[in-house]
Amino acid sequence: MKRNKYTGLFYLTPWLIGICFFVIYPFLMSFYYSFTNYSLLDEPAFIGFDNYIRMFTNDPTFWVSLKATIKFVIFTVPLKLIFALFIAYIMNFKLKGIGFFRTAYYIPSILGANVAIAVLWQFLFKSDGLINMALNMVGMDSIGWFSSPNGAMFTIVLLRIWQFGSAMVIFLNALSEIPQELYEASSIDGASKFRQFFSVTLPQLTPIIFFNLILQLVQAFQEFDGPFLVTGGGPMKSTYLLPMYIYESAFKNFDMGYSGALSWVLFVMIMIFTTILFKTSSKWVFYADGGK
Amino acid sequence: MEQAINFKKNRNERVKKKVSVFFKYFLLILGTLLMLYPILWLFGASFKSNTEIFKSIWFVPSSFDFTPYVEGWKTSSQYTFSTYFLNSFSIVIPKVLLTLISCTLAAYGFARFNFPMKKILFPMMIATLFLPGIVTRIPMYIFWKNAGLLDSYIPLIANSAFACDTFFVYMLIQFFRTIPTELDEAARIDGCNSFGIMTRVLVPIIKPALITVALFQFIWTFTDFQGPLIYISSVDKYPVAIALRMALDTTSADFSWNKNIAMSIIGLLPSILIYFAAQKHFIGGSTAGGIKG
Repeated sequence: MKRNKYTGLFYLTPWLIGICFFVIYPFLMSFYYSFTNYSLLDEPAFIGFDNYIRMFTNDPTFWVSLKATIKFVIFTVPLKLIFALFIAYIMNFKLKGIGFFRTAYYIPSILGANVAIAVLWQFLFKSDGLINMALNMVGMDSIGWFSSPNGAMFTIVLLRIWQFGSAMVIFLNALSEIPQELYEASSIDGASKFRQFFSVTLPQLTPIIFFNLILQLVQAFQEFDGPFLVTGGGPMKSTYLLPMYIYESAFKNFDMGYSGALSWVLFVMIMIFTTILFKTSSKWVFYADGGK
Repeated sequence: MEQAINFKKNRNERVKKKVSVFFKYFLLILGTLLMLYPILWLFGASFKSNTEIFKSIWFVPSSFDFTPYVEGWKTSSQYTFSTYFLNSFSIVIPKVLLTLISCTLAAYGFARFNFPMKKILFPMMIATLFLPGIVTRIPMYIFWKNAGLLDSYIPLIANSAFACDTFFVYMLIQFFRTIPTELDEAARIDGCNSFGIMTRVLVPIIKPALITVALFQFIWTFTDFQGPLIYISSVDKYPVAIALRMALDTTSADFSWNKNIAMSIIGLLPSILIYFAAQKHFIGGSTAGGIKG
């Protein structure tokens, strides 16, 4: 093939079809469905803003689920990132056998969203499970993890923090790319390791922190497997996150229109959060090349 | 005298260093235990009797009994786990292969060419990276329903043929960018066309990245729960993830934890095996190209 200005587009053909058909088309359709009443049996019937009005004025489940979602995101995202960064920092030490430790810390993340992990989690936090056995051993009382709202939320937040591996790997790559001279220069200036972390490492990492933050945020807002498999959304809907509500509206109640409206509200919320982050990023994200 | 002071100073430094190394290893080992003990305990529990499981936090069973594995494999349905594993692989294998082909093409197109509309298409690609998939789920379900393809694997696989796993496209672009374009030019002078440059020059170089993509796609597809939950309704087509969940649902009086745990361990094995098989390339690959924000 001759090299002309369309060669690149030729390689993009599958992707172009894909983005039109699997992204743009369903994206617009879900917006349309959100203004309809559609049970899959009849044609969708246009009902204007009714779904949204119902959601905001006449659906306590929506508010409960919105609150649970925000709570989940606010606890999971920062804790997971701090933990991932801390471990990546340690994994970057030049020690013998560090490869073994990197693998060990990464294993829970490879197992990921496995149903088996949900079995494990239920099993750890059962009233007579491992966690309570350990608490009893140190003389503390058992905790009813799945019977209290905060306990149940804690278990699904902890599940995701335990799987900090992908964020850690991204941090680890970035850490290994920080120029060594920066540390040498600052240690000549007499900076302690602690000081170096805050005045060299952290600023150098801000673009990666930003990337990870957005990725984790989008992911956390869509959390489904954890609450669905581990807590079942309970107790008292305290872990009934929006994606689970969206799933049940669509595939249990076959209320496709309402479910579409819920997913659009979730989408707008993610957009608001990411836009705020993008807008504030110029204040704290530092690009070595001045930003391109 | 001065020498003695120096010697003492050096010795103090050495001791200090040793203490710090010791402290680091101590932390690392403690962390490893915390991270992996739950899995180890799960593994041990798969050999224990149902009454023994909840008696001790020690993971080693009093005797190794393989009955939970044998019984668990049979399942309470009419199909054994052999069926569910075959089902999982008939989703995973085509999906991994299609992802590798379609994402390499797309990444090559973006990384190596200038074309009209690139200024619109590239940001669009980045935007889909952050687009919540949940918004597109319901219309896609309705589409596949109208196409009469519910309860088949096509809805689970199709998007991979069209490079819709944006994360992989993005990752491969980053890898392509680390390869100097002089290589392309040299191959062109030798008479290679652009397709030949991709297949003969660039693909061999980014092999570690492709292995990483295959590894992630394998694990994500194998463990995917929501996709099959929505699309697959006949038991004989269930993949492992759904079969495990179904086993959990049997809330009979003699709910056997050990059988479920044994099958969960089996369900974890493919991910662990493939990770260790690909690990050398995976770690090398992830540091060679890396993901830059």
